[in-house]
Amino acid sequence: MALYSEKVMDHFRNPRNVGVIEDADGVGEVGNAKCGDIMKIYLKIENGIVEDVKFETFGCASAVASSSMATELIKGKPVSEALKLTNQAVAEALDGLPAYKMHCSVLAEEAIKNALEDYYKKHPEAKRD
Amino acid sequence: MYIYADNAATTKMSRAAIEKMTPYLAECYGNPSALYSLGQRAKDALEESRETVARLIGAEPREIVFTSGGSESDNQAIRSAAEAGAKKGKRHIVSDAIEHHAVLHTLKRLEREGFEVTLVPVTPEGIVEPDVVRAAIREDTCLVTVMTANNEIGTIQPVKEIGKICRARGVLFHTDAVQAVGHIPLSVGELGVDLLSASAHKFHGPKGVGFLYAKRGTPLANLIEGGAQERGRRAGTENVAGIVAMAAALEEAVAGIERNAKRLIPLRDRLIAGLSKIPHGALNGDPVRRLPSNVNFCFEGIEGESLLLLLDDRGIAASSGSACTSGSLDPSHVLLAIGRPHGVAHGSLRLSLGEDATEEQIDYMIEATSDVVSYLRGFSPVWHDLADRKAEFVL
Repeated sequence: MALYSEKVMDHFRNPRNVGVIEDADGVGEVGNAKCGDIMKIYLKIENGIVEDVKFETFGCASAVASSSMATELIKGKPVSEALKLTNQAVAEALDGLPAYKMHCSVLAEEAIKNALEDYYKKHPEAKRD
Repeated sequence: MYIYADNAATTKMSRAAIEKMTPYLAECYGNPSALYSLGQRAKDALEESRETVARLIGAEPREIVFTSGGSESDNQAIRSAAEAGAKKGKRHIVSDAIEHHAVLHTLKRLEREGFEVTLVPVTPEGIVEPDVVRAAIREDTCLVTVMTANNEIGTIQPVKEIGKICRARGVLFHTDAVQAVGHIPLSVGELGVDLLSASAHKFHGPKGVGFLYAKRGTPLANLIEGGAQERGRRAGTENVAGIVAMAAALEEAVAGIERNAKRLIPLRDRLIAGLSKIPHGALNGDPVRRLPSNVNFCFEGIEGESLLLLLDDRGIAASSGSACTSGSLDPSHVLLAIGRPHGVAHGSLRLSLGEDATEEQIDYMIEATSDVVSYLRGFSPVWHDLADRKAEFVL
């Protein structure tokens, strides 16, 4: 029995959407170094669609994998759908996380929501549906 | 390449120990308490092992109690001294901030039972200063417990000096020598300890067996009630095969101490020098007063579990004081006690070398660690804030 599922290890070893978007439409950051996990999400949004998303993460393998999976789940999706992302969806897509690592998926959900909130703040013209 | 660099966690059993133990599993399986010859032969092996262990640490055979390992020994030593102290109205214990949890959690429990515990701080190098211990001892102190060498950062404590102070003040002195026995020269008389804990699997013996040295006349309380094994100080049928193997492993380890130190110290220092080239990293612990096998670093801007798993992918087995590897939210209490901030303590790496380590392995570990650290920093928001000077580097 391994520490993590193969999916987690795959997203940890080959994280998708790593990096920074310099002219992001929305940026979200959650966590703190004290507790050991920080996630930062950058969004590029066009016509209500998440055209691009990048992340940076300081944290354990499940934090990296959760960020990577969360970005995959919202990429190319309408903002309205991205807003509905749940931590369970992230964890399930990773074939589960150990109980004491579930907070990593919560952080991923929060980081995405944070970035979307930032997008709405910076783009008051954008409509919420 | 596969490098097992977690010898502070456990070690591979020595061939001699395995060979010594097998007959006591397969043929000489009798209960040492039994009267027939099969039992008596097991009993003889048990007592021979006791003599061997005693001789190797400068003790008398009757001063050795076989236990299930370091944690049990620590528990029994501390609890015994506390109970003896309480009978005389002494309910104060002195220890330090970087002890193993087997010591710290036993002390926590005693606190709940009405004892008072003073945990003295350590220097930034992780040394317990004898003068600080001296100052912490009170009229009602019944026990001082300070480890011989730290399991995380490898610092070797001035146990001899602390022993002298305890003797002068008439206070019992226990040392958790789990990381030291079989690795550095050690004799109980010279250390001036009343109680000493050790664990076989840290010196190439089997897991689940250890011993407690209790100087003649030191009161021992029973943790495990039952039969009269170990002269009534530890019930339960003895782990004969494990004990025989422990004695064989210790014999071999002690014989090799000098030779191993001569080989390992230059390798350790080569590893330290190589890892020191990684920017914004720092050695944890004392560069000199340190176990020959221990290397421990903090690297800013990264988290330890990720580092370990990527090193594992490259064939290196190591450990970290990161919270994520312990299943708790706090990083290592040892790293916090030597003054590393939480964020930095999460990015720690311990490499504990085996006696068979080679220069080639050391260079491979340096290269792999620098690669993985830079890779992780590449997508760490913490590192980017530091690099952009939005936050201050600590290291």
